[in-house]
Amino acid sequence: METPEQIKSRLEAAVPGAKIEILPNDCPAGERSLLVGPAHVLGAAKFLRDDPQLRLDFCSNVTGVDWPKTEIAEKIKVKQIVDGVEKEIEEVKKTTRPGFLEVVYHLYSMELKHGPVVLRQRTANRDTEAPAVSLTPVWRGCEFQEREIFDLFGIRLEGHPDLRRILMWDGFKGFPMRKDYVPPDDFEYEPTPHDKVLEQAKKQYPPEVKA
Amino acid sequence: MTAVAAMPPKNYEILPKPGGNGESPGELLEVSMGPQHPSTHGVFRMDVVLDGEKVVKLKPVFGYLHRNHEKIAENISYLGSMPYTDRLDYFCSMTNNWAYALTVEKLAGLPVPERAEYIRVMMAELTRLQNHTCLIGFFVQDMGALGTPLMYAFREREKILDLFESVSGARMMCNYMRFGGVRCDVTPDWLAQAKQLVDGYGKFLDEFEALFTENEILLARTQGVGVLPRELVVNASLTGPMLRAAGVNYDVRKVDKYGIYGRFDFKVPLGEHGDIYDRYMVRVLEMRESVKILEQALRDIPSGPVMDPKAKLRGFRPKAGEAYGRVEAPKGELGFYLISDGSANPFRYRVRPPSFINLTVLEDMCLGHRISDTVVILGSVDIVLGEVDR
Repeated sequence: METPEQIKSRLEAAVPGAKIEILPNDCPAGERSLLVGPAHVLGAAKFLRDDPQLRLDFCSNVTGVDWPKTEIAEKIKVKQIVDGVEKEIEEVKKTTRPGFLEVVYHLYSMELKHGPVVLRQRTANRDTEAPAVSLTPVWRGCEFQEREIFDLFGIRLEGHPDLRRILMWDGFKGFPMRKDYVPPDDFEYEPTPHDKVLEQAKKQYPPEVKA
Repeated sequence: MTAVAAMPPKNYEILPKPGGNGESPGELLEVSMGPQHPSTHGVFRMDVVLDGEKVVKLKPVFGYLHRNHEKIAENISYLGSMPYTDRLDYFCSMTNNWAYALTVEKLAGLPVPERAEYIRVMMAELTRLQNHTCLIGFFVQDMGALGTPLMYAFREREKILDLFESVSGARMMCNYMRFGGVRCDVTPDWLAQAKQLVDGYGKFLDEFEALFTENEILLARTQGVGVLPRELVVNASLTGPMLRAAGVNYDVRKVDKYGIYGRFDFKVPLGEHGDIYDRYMVRVLEMRESVKILEQALRDIPSGPVMDPKAKLRGFRPKAGEAYGRVEAPKGELGFYLISDGSANPFRYRVRPPSFINLTVLEDMCLGHRISDTVVILGSVDIVLGEVDR
C-alpha cells in the first residue's frame, strides 16, 4: 500500500490543478488523510477508484464532521528586552480558525485487499446547506450515507441523485449533528383542553383574588 | 374565508400509467407497505408503486427508531457509550461491543491480553451462530412457514443466550467488552457448557438444512430472485453475506485479521449467482465455519488475565487524533469512526451500520418482481432497525 505522500504526488500529476494537503494524525492508529479542494474532488475520486495500483473500489464509510469556529492558543517563545537584559518569554498567541464542515470518506480496495485511504473535503463555511460535492456518481454506496450527512449536518452535496432527509422526517427544521444545535424543550408538546380551561380561569378570577 | 390546512399526502394513490412502447395504458397503484407490517422486521416502510402485482418503483422509508445515537455518544464519556452500542443491532450486542472496543484500542494504542482475545472470538462466533440461525427462521417465516421453523431457531438461540447471560448477566444487552479486554473471565464450567453446545450444533444444522436446503417451495421462491451483479455489489459498498453471495471474496476477518483471527483455520464461503438462495446458503456455510473456529478457540484458550492491567476505566482520555476500526459483524462490516480532541468524550463518534448501507440496493433487487417477492428480498438483506435508524 502506498503512503499518503506517494498517492498525493501521483494524484497531483493525474488530476491537473489539484492541490492536496496531507492532514496529520498523532494517535497510534496514524491514518493520515488527503484533503482535496471542492473543484477536484470528483476527479480525484475517479482516479483513486480506477488507478490500477490503488483500485479503491469500496467506499466503506462516509461521514460528516462539524468543526465550529475555535480559538487556537499556541505558546510561542519570544525574545524580549526586560530591564536591559534579553530574555526568552513565553507568550500565548491566539488565532481564530473559522468554522467549516467536513465530509470524510474511508476507502478500501476489495480487489487488492488494502486500505484505508482517508479522503476529505471541506465546505467554505458553516452556513445552512453549505455546498460540497457528492461522490455518489463514483461510489453508489455513498447514496444513503450522503443523504444522512445532508439530513444531520446540513451539507448540500451537489450531484447527488436523490438528496432528501433520511432519518429525520421531511418537515424537520435544523441539523441535529451540528455542535451548536439546540433541541426544542419538548418535542411532544401538543395543546391540550387544559390550556383553554386555564385561560378561562384566568379571566374568571382576576389576579388580585389569589387565594 | 378561513385558510384550509394542507391535506397530508394520501398513502394509497392510483397514478396514471404512462402509455407508449406497445403497452396498454392502465393504472399504477402506490402502496405504503409498513411501518406496521410483520415482514418489515420492525418499523420500516417501503413506498411501492405497483403495476398489477409487479413492482415498478420502491423507496425505502425509515428513521422511526432514530434517537441520534451518535449525538448521545458525543456528550458522554468513551466508556459510557459501551452499553448504547448494545442497542444498535440488538441481536449481536457482542460484536457491536467488540467493534467499539477495537476502535478505541486503535485510537489509544491499548494492548489486549491473550485470553481476552480468545474470549472475544468465541463471543463473536457464538453471536454469528445465533444471528444466522434466527435470520433463517425469520426468513422462512416471511415465505409462509409460520412459527415452527422459527421456534426451532429460537430453541438454539436460547441456549447461546444462556451462555451470554451466565458470563455477562444479560441475555441480549451484554455490555461485556472493555477497552483493553473483557469485563469478567469465563469459568471452566462455562467452557464445558460452550463445548457441549458447539459439539451439538453441527447436528442441529443438519436437521435445519434437511428442512430447508432442498425444500421445493424455498427453491422456487428464492432461486433467481433478487439477483445482484458483482459490479453493483462492490460499487454499492455491500458487505457481509450479501456481498459474498455475489462471489466477492471479502471478509474483514481474513483481510484485516483483527484480534487473533489470523490463527484460525476457516474458509470464507462464496456464492455464485448473487440471488437469495445463495445468500441463504452462504449463511448456512458460514455457521459451519463458525463452529470450526469455536472448536479451535475452545481447544487453544490459554489461562491468564482478561484485562490489560494498565487499562484505565475511569478518567480515560485518549490523545487527540482519529481512528476507524471495523469488524466482520454477522450482518456485514460494522465500523466505528472516532475523533478525539483529548477530552473525556469523543469529539466525533460515527457508526458505520452494515444493514443501513445494504439497503441501498433494495430497489434494484425488487424492480420487476412481484410484491410478494419484496418480502423475501427484504428478509434476505437481514436488517435490524435499531441499527438502521440509530
